[in-house]
Amino acid sequence: MNLKELYQDIILEHGKSPRNFGKCTGHNHEAKGHNPLCGDQVHVYLKLNADKNVEQLSFEGSGCAISMASTSIMTELVKGKSLTVAKNLVDAFLNMVKSGNEMVTKDLTEEQKLKIMSLSGVKQYPMRVKCATLSWHTLVSAIDGKKDDVNTEIIDS
Amino acid sequence: MDIDNIKSQFPIFSKKINGNPLVYLDSSNSSQKPKSVINRLEYFYKNEFSNIGRSIHSLSVNATNKFEETRMSVKKFINANSKDEIIFTKNATESINLIASTFGQQYINKGDEIILTELEHHSNYVPWHYLRESKGAIIKFAPINDDGDIKIDELEKLINSKTKIISITHLSNVTGTIVPVKEIIDIAHRKNIPVLVDGCQSAPHLKIDVQDLDCDFYAISGHKVYGPTGIGVLYGKKKWLEKLPPYIGGGGMISEVKKDKISYAPLPAKFEAGTMATAEVVAFEASIKFMQSVGIENLIKHEKELTEYALDKLKAINSVKLIGNPKNKAGVISFTIKGIHPHDIATILDEDGVAIRAGHHCCQILHEKLNLNASARASFGVYNNKEDVDILCKAINNCRKVFDLK
Repeated sequence: MNLKELYQDIILEHGKSPRNFGKCTGHNHEAKGHNPLCGDQVHVYLKLNADKNVEQLSFEGSGCAISMASTSIMTELVKGKSLTVAKNLVDAFLNMVKSGNEMVTKDLTEEQKLKIMSLSGVKQYPMRVKCATLSWHTLVSAIDGKKDDVNTEIIDS
Repeated sequence: MDIDNIKSQFPIFSKKINGNPLVYLDSSNSSQKPKSVINRLEYFYKNEFSNIGRSIHSLSVNATNKFEETRMSVKKFINANSKDEIIFTKNATESINLIASTFGQQYINKGDEIILTELEHHSNYVPWHYLRESKGAIIKFAPINDDGDIKIDELEKLINSKTKIISITHLSNVTGTIVPVKEIIDIAHRKNIPVLVDGCQSAPHLKIDVQDLDCDFYAISGHKVYGPTGIGVLYGKKKWLEKLPPYIGGGGMISEVKKDKISYAPLPAKFEAGTMATAEVVAFEASIKFMQSVGIENLIKHEKELTEYALDKLKAINSVKLIGNPKNKAGVISFTIKGIHPHDIATILDEDGVAIRAGHHCCQILHEKLNLNASARASFGVYNNKEDVDILCKAINNCRKVFDLK
């Protein structure tokens, strides 16, 4: 596989300049996640409003280009969605990077789908799948208000 | 030294990785194996296999003799005083666990102190942490400076009447620091404190003389010294090993077993319960022979030259930041590249057949101290040459291209 399929321009760009970085104002949910094998860490903040919509979504943390880009794109795509849609997107994403299937969802525009599918190349690199999935698991943890930090070694095994 | 000849003794180098010749720069993690070791394992299983020390038949007697020959070779290799001071374990991790557990059981009580350093691998921290949990022991870390050298005067200040043992690495698996363990042992012994040396990284790179060092315990992993996996060595001074309680209980480590009492076998069997990694121990002798055939002085000279060459080449790449600058450095080079995470570096280098390690290398304390989440590490074995370093540097430049960095 060509490295450029993994490190597409959109991934490098989001990796270098992640969107929604920092604590969002008024957040009422948050969760931490880490990958103990490599030391990657992410802290997801989200504001759920009275209508159960993700009004704000942001993150802090450090990691490789894949994990930063995955988190950055996640915040862009999930922000503004209802809780149900947010969870469906997480499922569709995890299914995509683990199985290699297309991102199956009716909740994104074609352009958004293309953006998220830039991460599908990661399935060719089994050691890197966890880099892409860490923040998505952490988002679920924040939504569900789980107390324990997300640990990729437990959740992905 | 004829590196081409040495490299040709390692079958793995005839393999291609992602279509490229393998440039193996992960020997600190585990070394590759020469033909002689692989052949010895196979020969033993085909012609000599039997369990040792239990049966009267010829095969068992012969296998026992071969097993004990390795013990004698290890004794000579590290210049121990007696073969009874050589205990076979699974790896250096188990060797350290053995001492932490048995020494802890016998000598550590609530409030007693254990001194480690900020350089330590998790395998020389976690076993001692168990004593913090089970016995209420206190663990103190001797600090390092920015170069990655241990501040020995600070270490000395940590010693007090509560200090029961000091456990230090001989060679850092991140900064490549060669620790002046003899000096530290002298300081400790003046205060009657025993010292365990984690020799996991040093055994393949330095001349080991446990009597000259005067260390009380020394831990080695066979797989890092061109040997098989599943075999390690614990050296311990006889006076200590005799006093310590056994570790794992079972067959082979007993003298007499009655319903109301059990007595234990003398050294070294006391610490070798159950069927050991017999073939691996036998084949480990071939690893020691390989090291001797190269000659430890030649090996040290070669790795020193190679390390200096690599440091010069890497320093010339502006975006590369080397981690640590210790007074004495072995062939372990950790680095970061501005704008590229170590994991991305490792993935991109792998595409060029270059195998490095990325992460915290089981040294989270050290990475935290250096304000790093992760680093990339290239580490040498006897088979590496300047061409490998050139390919590494070219692959690093390719990383910058993939990431579109100037």
